Amino acid sequence: MIVHTKPGVARRRVLAGLGAAGLLAACAVPSGRTAPKVVVVGGGFGGATAARYLRLWSEGAIEVTLVEPNRRFVSCPLSNLVLGGSRTLDELTRGYEGLARHGVRVVHDHAVALDARRRALRLAGGAALPYDRLVVAPGIELMFDRIAGMSEAAADERVPHAWKAGPQTLLLRRQLEAMPDGGVVLIALPAAPYRCPPGPYERACQIAHFLKRHKPRGKVILLDANPQVISKAALFTRAWSEEFAGLVEHRPNAAVSAIDLPSMTVTLELGERVRGDVINLLPPMRAGAFARAAGLVNAGERWCGVDWRTLESTAVPGVHVLGDATAAAPGMPKSGHMANQHGKAVAAALVEQLLHQREPAPPVMNNTCYSFIDDRHAVHVSSVHRWVEAKKTLEPVAGAGGVSSLTREAWLQEGAYARGWAQAIWSDMLA
Amino acid sequence: MRFPTLCAAMLMLAAARADAAPAAAPSRMLAASCSGCHGTHGQGGGAMPALAGLPADHLGALLRAFRDGARPSSVMHQLARGYTDEEIAALAAHFAGLPRPAHGAGVRP
Repeated sequence: MIVHTKPGVARRRVLAGLGAAGLLAACAVPSGRTAPKVVVVGGGFGGATAARYLRLWSEGAIEVTLVEPNRRFVSCPLSNLVLGGSRTLDELTRGYEGLARHGVRVVHDHAVALDARRRALRLAGGAALPYDRLVVAPGIELMFDRIAGMSEAAADERVPHAWKAGPQTLLLRRQLEAMPDGGVVLIALPAAPYRCPPGPYERACQIAHFLKRHKPRGKVILLDANPQVISKAALFTRAWSEEFAGLVEHRPNAAVSAIDLPSMTVTLELGERVRGDVINLLPPMRAGAFARAAGLVNAGERWCGVDWRTLESTAVPGVHVLGDATAAAPGMPKSGHMANQHGKAVAAALVEQLLHQREPAPPVMNNTCYSFIDDRHAVHVSSVHRWVEAKKTLEPVAGAGGVSSLTREAWLQEGAYARGWAQAIWSDMLA
Repeated sequence: MRFPTLCAAMLMLAAARADAAPAAAPSRMLAASCSGCHGTHGQGGGAMPALAGLPADHLGALLRAFRDGARPSSVMHQLARGYTDEEIAALAAHFAGLPRPAHGAGVRP
């Protein structure tokens, strides 16, 4: 017999479960007769992985429905290379057919409302999907209203965030192509936490890579709301001072509070005004819209608290939240790799709970996040996250994890690993 | 420690069902922390080495060498330090039990 939790923990969780919805769920799902139903909201790195691994690990014994409005998945990781010019968006796009082959029912619709009491999810198209457990992986939403003069329409047409790979990525690429040589590109990034901590710095490298070849008198200015480069600082700083000398300027403590679209000028919190020929404005971020609609946001009005053993919401029983929408555990980045790990942890937990009526062992997760410097060189940051019983959370393992060495030779080798990573993880979630 | 009857009953229930469970759920989840880079079935691909089908003693020794710094790497020495001896043994046994991929990608000597 294998019992994965310490008796005291198991007791508390059993009692808690019986006190709330756990007993109802257990009664509603007689093992071996009716297949438990799991509905997954969101088909990104977290949700797609959860759906796929639920089918694999339950050996088909759990019914899985994935609700995702987009017909195709477009990877945010590597999408900065579209700006740099070494990748096309099509190369980063995959379909959901692979999940269907695993028996996942893929529904292209928007989740709009949650009836937690009846355990049903309502879709924009009118359908109501019953579930035994709901997995919510809604990604992030951009808080345009935090920047005076900014709006979603402005992002679509004039000042793209391109922080969800797709049409805005292509718009930003066209703007770079149309910009005169000698032009200034502003990348404004919010205070942490936000999706993909190294992403804005990788983007600065990729745009500089483009400028260096096509508009060498141009310049990228990073307007960083943070007091310093918050990810892979020594690596990016090295690239900006050597490979991209004169092409990238990083300004710390430079939070943007307003934008004037006609003059293409942003205003910093301290009053300074900065004009850009191209402006890539990343507003502050919060959990995706459905998380708020479902009452799952309970951390700082922006993120969703979870129990990291199972990723079950601390706000709504029977609902598990994963990916960027979660209130991150200490030292845990909002990354696609991390969301992929969350997806497997949820799948493992639900297989244990729904099919075997037992609590899962706390997961061990890791993160390896590559950033491309140019078309061939890449750098990484890594970490391993383990359950700390005394603190009831996952924490980075001291002494594990780290960043790339500072040699160009190592970065070239890591470029090959970064390409391998992308192929592997896209397959791990969608194949 | 006092052990409530309810909990004991649940544990017995879990024991009764353990036989029907797929084997080795914990090592499966542990191994899944590798699969984002090395493939769902440890099959590797591109620059990513295959782990599936490697002899357990070989993979175990490799992971310990990464962890102890005896074998240099770009990232594996950082990740291996997050896992215990027992976990490394479980991972090695897990991947040893998976079929070797046809394309033959493997850990370079």
